[in-house]
Amino acid sequence: MTSTPILTPARPIVDDTLRAALSPRVRPPRANALTASLTFFWRAMLKIKHVPEQLIDVTIFPVMFTLMFTYLFGGALAGSTDAYLQYLLPGVLVQTVVLITMYTGLGLNIDIEKGFFDRIRTLPIWRPAAIVGMLLGDAARYTMASTIVIVLGLVLGFRPAGGVIGVLLGVALLLVFSFSLSWAWTSLGLVVRTQNAVMMTSMLFLFPLTFASNIFVDPATMPGWLQAFVNANPISHLATAVRGLMAGTAQPEIALVLIASAVLVAVFGPLTMRLYGRER
Amino acid sequence: MTSRELAIETAGLTKRFGTTRAVDGVDLTVSQGLVYGVLGPNGAGKTTTIRMLTTLLRPDGGWARVFGHDVVREADAVRARVSLTGQYASVDEDLTGQENLILLGRLLGSSGSQARARAAELLEAFGLAEAAGRRVKTYSGGMRRRLDIAASIVVTPDLIFLDEPTTGLDPRSRSQVWEIVRALVAGGTTVLLTTQYLEEADQLADRVAVIDHGRVIAEGTPSELKASVGTGALHLRLLDPEQRPQAEQILERALGVALYREPDPAALSARVSDAERAAHALAALAQAGIAVTDFSLGRPSLDEVFLALTGHRAEEPLEDAA
Ligand SMILES: Nc1ncnc2c1ncn2[C@@H]1O[C@H](COP(=O)(O)OP(=O)(O)OP(=O)(O)O)[C@@H](O)[C@H]1O
Ligand SMILES: [Mg+2]
Repeated sequence: MTSTPILTPARPIVDDTLRAALSPRVRPPRANALTASLTFFWRAMLKIKHVPEQLIDVTIFPVMFTLMFTYLFGGALAGSTDAYLQYLLPGVLVQTVVLITMYTGLGLNIDIEKGFFDRIRTLPIWRPAAIVGMLLGDAARYTMASTIVIVLGLVLGFRPAGGVIGVLLGVALLLVFSFSLSWAWTSLGLVVRTQNAVMMTSMLFLFPLTFASNIFVDPATMPGWLQAFVNANPISHLATAVRGLMAGTAQPEIALVLIASAVLVAVFGPLTMRLYGRER
Repeated sequence: MTSRELAIETAGLTKRFGTTRAVDGVDLTVSQGLVYGVLGPNGAGKTTTIRMLTTLLRPDGGWARVFGHDVVREADAVRARVSLTGQYASVDEDLTGQENLILLGRLLGSSGSQARARAAELLEAFGLAEAAGRRVKTYSGGMRRRLDIAASIVVTPDLIFLDEPTTGLDPRSRSQVWEIVRALVAGGTTVLLTTQYLEEADQLADRVAVIDHGRVIAEGTPSELKASVGTGALHLRLLDPEQRPQAEQILERALGVALYREPDPAALSARVSDAERAAHALAALAQAGIAVTDFSLGRPSLDEVFLALTGHRAEEPLEDAA
């Protein structure tokens, strides 16, 4: 039973303005793939601007990791913290950036839950743009984290033999790999229902991969079975390659890392787009 | 194709989720330039139908065309002409209202300055100019709804889908949304809106389809629908339930229609066609010394439409238990 409500005629909306705003107008030409992707990148940047708290993972964590591992293990593992830092820093850099790739899947999952992606999916745009733009935004976050770790390292006494070029190349390689790995998390973010599950699943992969690697210690001291795992672990190759580039020596692992990146994109790129187009 | 093609045409449209037949053979024909209402209770299949028409869901059976384009095979052509304001806000809460509109403008192909100008124009027209620079998180429900609709007309679409645009809004915000819908249709946009309120369909829609359990159970103009249920209902509650039989007799004489005995032993209701007659009936009760604690005269509710059309009441929403 709805008794007729007595509506006070509310008119904060100016009729003429409203009518003018709604009169049909020409549809602009379709946005091209690049514009659409960059627009989503802009959105990612706006989110950082409005919610700077979310940068904790790319600022505080890297600082914490670098300080903790240098001083906690440095003396015991390499005789002196200074010597250890030369070995550790590229590794901590790799670990930091690889770990924060998991937030990609999380962001996507939130967008779906909030219904934002429904709106995007009804727009006549190049479909991967939303994901590509999001990943570009993440690449900016990875760059931020890398800068923080390296600057802190330099302050603590990290002296890379490869110089500025070596360091930049190392970071570039790391970014390529992380961008590629992010596609795995976008697939995950599209499959798993809750944010918690996204976090738990990505950690399930990332923790063993980053810790059971040569990031902290030389695998020579490990038991044989673990050594086998560590030596096959792509994160070890990545750490070795980045370490090499920063030390001014190109390692064969660079090729392995690039191949792994290509495989990740080739597998998870199409998978992500398939899942993205899937109805839910 | 005729010069005036249909905005929407569906036949046997079907969607199942597991064993639930969410949409079970819906046939719709919607001409251009009008407001078409889809009326139905919770779980009737309104949202699912809209999601198929906006290419978000793939039908399991039947077909649907929007401006002559098949929603599955020509999804992109459909997307280019429609926009959707979903049942739940689908703007980015971390961004400001202005940024949300600029974002969509850019994605739809406007240049930066065009997008900014259009955003400003819409914010002004929707009474959101003051809140333009605030994050959407801080908006009230009514503001969010208006922004959500604004986001759907950054480029004025030929057809807009509004899924329960006023559910949960206060009367003031509701009338603002109605105003927007009227302005939209005056500007030449076809509007398909879903609602649970007969009142709303009556106020806004040129034609209405009533759906229940995924099927269209009635279709027509609001007056045709109301004619099938009577124009209104008188509900009243007596002080003393003992007097109900006596009251029933008096009212039957005064109103000239049969009375319904409500489950509440003190309550009675009747379909009435005019308010004056109802007033006389109440006066007659007073003269006979029968005290009334409560009475109301209203238009038929969706529930009453359902009762009239299907013989069963619209089921209560389960979510409300939470
Ligand atoms: N993704 C889904 N998975 C499973 N069942 C679903 C899904 N979406 C809808 N349903 C079911 O399909 C039926 C129709 O749902 P729909 O959301 O279309 O109804 P509605 O008319 O929009 O209801 P409301 O007024 O509550 O929004 C319901 O029984 C619902 O539980
Ligand atoms: Mg719904």
